[in-house]
Amino acid sequence: MLRECQKNQEAINLQMVNTLDPQNMNNFSEASVSIEIETEDMTLNIGPQHPSTHGVLRLVAKVDGEKVHDVKPVLGYMHRGYEKLAEVRSYPQITTLVNRIDWVAGFSNEIPFIAGAERLMEIEVPERAKHIRLILNEMARISSHFVFNGAYALEVGALTPIFYAMEDRERVLDLIESVTGGRFHPNFNRIGGVKPAAGAGPTSKKNIQDLPAGFYRDTKVAMEKVIKAADQFQNLIGGNEVFKKRTKNVGILTPEIAEAYGVSGPILRASGVKSDLRTHTDYLPYDQFDFEIPVGENGDCYDRWDVRVKEMVESAKIVLQAIDSMPSGPLQAKVPKVIKVPKGRTYVRAENPKGEMGYYIISDGGLGPYRLKVRTASFSNISILPIMLEGALLPDLIAIMGSLDFVLGDVDR
Amino acid sequence: MTDVLIKVGFLALAALNGAIIFTIMDVKGASWMQRRPGPLHVGLRGFIFPVAEILKFVQKEDIIPTEVDRPVFKWAPAYVMVSCVALFAVVPMSPTLVVADIELGVFFALAISSLGTIGVLTAGWSSANKYSLMGGLRAAGQLIAYELPLILAVVGVVIQAETMSLVGIVEKQIEWGVPFVFGGQLIGFLIFMVAATAEMMRVPFDMPIGESELTMGFMTEYSGIRFLIFYISEYMNMFILCAIASTLFLGGYHVPLLPTEWVNFYGPVVLLTKTAILGFILVAIRWSQPRFREDQLQNLAWKILIPASLVNILVTAIMKVGF
Repeated sequence: MLRECQKNQEAINLQMVNTLDPQNMNNFSEASVSIEIETEDMTLNIGPQHPSTHGVLRLVAKVDGEKVHDVKPVLGYMHRGYEKLAEVRSYPQITTLVNRIDWVAGFSNEIPFIAGAERLMEIEVPERAKHIRLILNEMARISSHFVFNGAYALEVGALTPIFYAMEDRERVLDLIESVTGGRFHPNFNRIGGVKPAAGAGPTSKKNIQDLPAGFYRDTKVAMEKVIKAADQFQNLIGGNEVFKKRTKNVGILTPEIAEAYGVSGPILRASGVKSDLRTHTDYLPYDQFDFEIPVGENGDCYDRWDVRVKEMVESAKIVLQAIDSMPSGPLQAKVPKVIKVPKGRTYVRAENPKGEMGYYIISDGGLGPYRLKVRTASFSNISILPIMLEGALLPDLIAIMGSLDFVLGDVDR
Repeated sequence: MTDVLIKVGFLALAALNGAIIFTIMDVKGASWMQRRPGPLHVGLRGFIFPVAEILKFVQKEDIIPTEVDRPVFKWAPAYVMVSCVALFAVVPMSPTLVVADIELGVFFALAISSLGTIGVLTAGWSSANKYSLMGGLRAAGQLIAYELPLILAVVGVVIQAETMSLVGIVEKQIEWGVPFVFGGQLIGFLIFMVAATAEMMRVPFDMPIGESELTMGFMTEYSGIRFLIFYISEYMNMFILCAIASTLFLGGYHVPLLPTEWVNFYGPVVLLTKTAILGFILVAIRWSQPRFREDQLQNLAWKILIPASLVNILVTAIMKVGF
């Protein structure tokens, strides 16, 4: 290596001498010093232990200085075998597994699975239970987007917003906790409805309470604060010139590529595709409420951030409407004591905070599913990383990766 | 000989104390801006926690990875620290309370401050870690780019004061009655502060450390007391550059209307207050701004700050000669 360098140096010297030779002076304008330094791409392992990979994602990046030439995501560091585990569990037990898939929005993971089982069993869920599910689902979305808001600012270098985001998220988590008893892993859904609320005091079979006292009032206060917080984020982060410089026109994702790679959720909407499963599937009664679907224009990092902040406001509005129009009635449909799902197969997909989540359930009539296939949003979303990161700068790599808002549990299951 | 020892001892102590004060300010400022309590339990409402922090780092094992270039790796923190401490030698706290009142004070300060670059670069290079290497190279590029506007911003002051001695510059400001920042060097002051922030490698110019990208940049492999030296040097650097800025632009140890014969008594207090105010602005910027990208940083230096400071010099020179 050293010898080669010396050789190169000699060659360069020789050339310089030639150029400065008086006989060649006439040609001086034409003579050019060509110095070819052979450079190799450096392989940089980003992760699995890295502050910005949201856990244990590993990116094998080929970098030339700051420029990224090639990126290969390496997955599987968090594979927990949930699909296989589900085969040996019964349906009620599986909800505890699935809400650990995307732990930032644990509640949202339960919904499509339970809805799938209910569809196979042909159970009609009471309206009130559906509404409670919907409210908690939107709260999970809000809390997930709060985490994104804080973490994304952290990734582009601003250290303060995460504290604001966590403080605001805590209010929403408190509400989820007051109903379900769990902040992250509620395990609240039952086949045919929801379980009696945890904060409702002692319950007996005859007198089942559902929502805890003061829930409507607290929710209203909290949701108004969420709307305020979203506004604050628009000013604090979105209005920051440095943040705009770091995110605008960075990591542009065209709608064609996004659709071709199965990207879903806010990332797809930021690219300008108005696609939201809440509007055209019936797993929850979203058609009873009016809300807007925020759509981005350029599909850059700023749009992906912006769409999520706007979505938070819309979710808060949905919750406020749902509280006002909460129907009364039972929380549970009549279900057999031992839950056996009839033979059949179904696929239920839902709009989760990260994107489309789907469960393909194959049942052979037993206590648990014969096979459970989980389609998670993050897994498909990060499949565009190699395309988006080609030719990006290293700081952009972090900004783009952060804007995809993935959770490793959601990638690997 | 004892004279020299006393002076060196004073320098080390003053710089260290300045660093401690700025650490407290940074951490308390952060907690205040982030709506959280911050350090509360060590000493008087958490105000002596930096001492505990120092003791903790001293106790920790000093891990030196096997692949590193040992002597270079070991000595790199020293360069950074020495450059910071030596910088304080020329900062006057009154006409007599100054360690070394040299004719070329400004020149000395700027020359010494670029010494730290060597430490940062060697730390990154010798660590045998790709993140450290990238951090070190980023730091080198950044420090070289911002050295220029820093120097050029000071040239305006030197022209106006007709001297390079820092005491002379302050005396000139006393003579004028207003600090230079209100006497035509406002743009120079802003350029100096931006460039100084980049020299200190603080947000929004902290790419060499860039914890979300490069884990800890050139410091990644350091631990224990050597990490502490880097950590303290950062705050020392901040303290001393703020002190130099307040000397050059804000009138240093003097405030208008105060009697000059008492300057030995109020001088240090006034200088510290001005330094702390500048430091507080830096703290506020740090905790509210994201980080620039490397190319944006270079663009800012070469395309905006350097032309602006050249124009500043030109205007100052014309004013000086013309009026």
